[in-house]
Amino acid sequence: MNEVKLTPRSESSSWTLAIRRSLQRKLPLAHLLPDRQPVFVGSWVYIFGVIAIAGLIWVVASGMLLAFFGPMWWHQSSVGRFVNSLHLWSVQVFFVFMVLHLWGQYFMASWRDGRAKTWMVGVVIFAFSLVTAFTGFISQQNFDGEWIAVNAKDATNSAGIGTLFNVLNFGQMYGLHIILLPMLVATLVGVHVLLVRMKGVVKPIGKVQGGQPSNEESAS
Amino acid sequence: MDAPATYLNWNFILISIPNVVMIVGMVAVFVLALVVPFPSHSEIVESAEPQDE
Repeated sequence: MNEVKLTPRSESSSWTLAIRRSLQRKLPLAHLLPDRQPVFVGSWVYIFGVIAIAGLIWVVASGMLLAFFGPMWWHQSSVGRFVNSLHLWSVQVFFVFMVLHLWGQYFMASWRDGRAKTWMVGVVIFAFSLVTAFTGFISQQNFDGEWIAVNAKDATNSAGIGTLFNVLNFGQMYGLHIILLPMLVATLVGVHVLLVRMKGVVKPIGKVQGGQPSNEESAS
Repeated sequence: MDAPATYLNWNFILISIPNVVMIVGMVAVFVLALVVPFPSHSEIVESAEPQDE
């Protein structure tokens, strides 16, 4: 039996090892999948974010069905109209609870203690979600969608982005709505949750453990 | 559903009733989330950091 012998290599030259160690250091499994939470997390305010994510899951699931079966289905069949409504109302849930989550995090100043990146990613998610919803209203394939697009063209033209982002170009709006923007929002939500897991939930204002901030806090 | 919404107009403020209902409802949910006690859980700990096992 011949054993394959691996040649020793210096740690500094191995980028896979460097990435693995960095991930192990920054994101241990206990942080990624915690089984316990700080006592101050016992509040309904912390539920808003996860309800928003639940809404997003329904948005994506119903949107996949709509994309598969197409406009004739979602306008004319009873099941299609139901899924179309499900898509609309899960968007309402997503936005309502995203805004409630935003209020909660704003009033607890959750960008503190090195969590600025988490906050900024959340801001970007909110911005891209608005564009995603807007392109969705344009993609309805009815008079409502056309009315919104025709009015919106004046806004985009006056802002100087009409040629790049042409709201009267259905193919562009629909493509952005069902491919590019959902992928972006879903990826950023994943990054947002990962950042929350890496840093933990921010302590209430004025609460300092053991009289001194932890190393993690002072690292900000 | 096809009829235009009723609007409230006060000075320069112009807002539809459905939008008012949504905003008031969201504020109500937010306040309730702050005051309604959360069911206690025996596994909740004092520490802010996730626990390494």
